[in-house]
Amino acid sequence: MMQILMFYPSAVIAVITTLMVIFSKNPVYAVLYLIMSLFAVSMVFWSLGSPFLAMVEIIIYAGAIMVLFLFVVMMLNLGQRRVDEDLRPPSGKALILPGIFATILLVQTIACLMAGHPQGGTQLLNDPVALGHAMYEKHYLGVKLAAIILLIGSIGGMHLGRAASFPDTKEKDLL
Amino acid sequence: MIPAYHALILSGILFCIGIVGVIARRNLLFVLMSIEIMMNAAGLAFVAGSAIHGSYDGQIFFIFILPVAAAEVAIGLALALLLYQKYKTLDLWVIARSKEE
Repeated sequence: MMQILMFYPSAVIAVITTLMVIFSKNPVYAVLYLIMSLFAVSMVFWSLGSPFLAMVEIIIYAGAIMVLFLFVVMMLNLGQRRVDEDLRPPSGKALILPGIFATILLVQTIACLMAGHPQGGTQLLNDPVALGHAMYEKHYLGVKLAAIILLIGSIGGMHLGRAASFPDTKEKDLL
Repeated sequence: MIPAYHALILSGILFCIGIVGVIARRNLLFVLMSIEIMMNAAGLAFVAGSAIHGSYDGQIFFIFILPVAAAEVAIGLALALLLYQKYKTLDLWVIARSKEE
């Protein structure tokens, strides 16, 4: 019963907020709606019986990757009009939909934190220790590949960021 | 107990929204966000498959999706900064049509 209460509202919230990401004009609002969508998907993870992945989704996806997006949106110059827009207090109508969604997600998060592991169901795979054992015993090659991917990503990001911090120099001078 | 197939349907819906975003939006930031949506939908499909088959493999592959998404975002956003410095816009149509000097 609780899983049904967790799954279907968060599924609806995930679809609607993802549509808002696609159709929003301001990139900042798009990133915030995407954070809300990832939150809803993490509640879906919890209702599917993996509370560890739900928390990983919130911490890494919504907490780290989306904040990276937010930093870049703030670094790009969005123009004077956006600055003027942001100085106005938020109007009442603009707060209704995000307010309802955020309240539902907050209640769901508190409920899943209080409940701990999801109860009932046929397949329960909610043990992080068993997950870690399976990952490092069966899929250790994948762990190494993930490490290499992260290394390549950081090297590429540093190289491109170094080129971005010297805009006047030519490409061959940086190499 | 919810049927895990409903989660697969949700993952399909989210993936289709991501595809629409990649095709329809012209701003590079929105395209990168849509790619994130698609990766997240693929991860949701993995977790749903893990619940259907009763093994940890799907959850492990979701954990492997995370560094891929992080690396993609790091490189993609660095490229976005470079493009913005060069062309003063993130509109992909404008960037694609502007001639190399």
